[in-house]
Amino acid sequence: MEVILGNLLRAGVLISAAVVLWGACIYLFRHAHEPAGYRVFRGEPSEYRTIPGVMQSVINGRGRGLIQLGLLLLIATPIARVAFSIVGFAIERDRMYVAFTLIVLAILLYSLLGSSIGV
Amino acid sequence: MTILEFTGVVLIVSFVAGLLGSLTGLGGGVVLVPLLTIFFHVDIRYAIGASLVSVIATSSGAAASYVKEGFSNIRIGMFLEIATTFGALLGAFLATRIPTSALAIIFGAVLLYSAYLSRTPRPPAQRNLPPDPLATRLRMNGSFPDLEGPRSYNVQHVPTGFSLMFGAGALSGLLGIGSGAVKVLAMDQAMQIPFKVSTTTSNFMIGVTAAASAGVYLSRGYVDPGLSMPVMLGVLAGSLLGSRILVKAETKSLRLVFSVVILVLGLQMLYKGIWGSI
Repeated sequence: MEVILGNLLRAGVLISAAVVLWGACIYLFRHAHEPAGYRVFRGEPSEYRTIPGVMQSVINGRGRGLIQLGLLLLIATPIARVAFSIVGFAIERDRMYVAFTLIVLAILLYSLLGSSIGV
Repeated sequence: MTILEFTGVVLIVSFVAGLLGSLTGLGGGVVLVPLLTIFFHVDIRYAIGASLVSVIATSSGAAASYVKEGFSNIRIGMFLEIATTFGALLGAFLATRIPTSALAIIFGAVLLYSAYLSRTPRPPAQRNLPPDPLATRLRMNGSFPDLEGPRSYNVQHVPTGFSLMFGAGALSGLLGIGSGAVKVLAMDQAMQIPFKVSTTTSNFMIGVTAAASAGVYLSRGYVDPGLSMPVMLGVLAGSLLGSRILVKAETKSLRLVFSVVILVLGLQMLYKGIWGSI
């Protein structure tokens, strides 16, 4: 079980890195010679800060949309690991830790979904 | 600087930070935010967002190799994650409220503390402690493979450790770092967990903690794709290489160099935060 979880983590990281790299190629190919500016904080436009927005910009073929999708996959990796731990504790019939893990999962999902769908 | 040059330089810097962070065990994220803000003049909020993402990548990448060795204690990890994820949410919400100069000052203080901690030897966890009733109820006591066969341990002071981990989570969410320094305080010193178990367990917790605040950062628009991309790829590649070439003999002087770097960056962050130039 633990080994499967370890491999799940590694696969999640590698897949997300590959998606980010793919997006990076498109982004750099199109914008390589524009000036870089991060001195002033503007906040990202909504297409890069909500899950539906990111999906839409991926469909539109935007490099930065793909990068954000990769980062979303990366954030989802430890969340998936926590979700699988519930199964592990349930198999061991450890109700107390099933409850603890559900609390952690609820906080994580609240953070990712609650705030980024824009509720 | 054009986007291509900027991406290239940030990629190299992140790679070196990830490599040194993994070789010394001090973590790469802690130097990235000051480097990006001081030398690349990146707004501290963008820098924190990018660093947070790289913390998830290194933690999840390294945890895969740790779980196989049987050191990490998943029950301790999961129980303490209730505290760290709550703390991380709070920290992430605070980060959107407080002025950037205050963020810089807190960051500087944490850097100075980390530099101090990296120069003080850790007292080894006491052996053969009596089992603590709360830890027993929570089934936290365990054993791990040691040189002389399996060694068992009894976890102590659960409430103190839990509260400290809440603080560690809040710092992580506020500053976009793994906050390994506070985790050491909570798990090694308060809870008396053996070094090998606490290091691997906290590594597995860091990714989950960072994921809790990353959602808030993303939805607030603090995660910029153009900046996060080279930071994440660079730190990940550097730390993966670092975990392969772990040379025991040279880490001592490397640790010294790295802790001096942390000290200098900490002083710079304090200076910039106090004089409001950030």
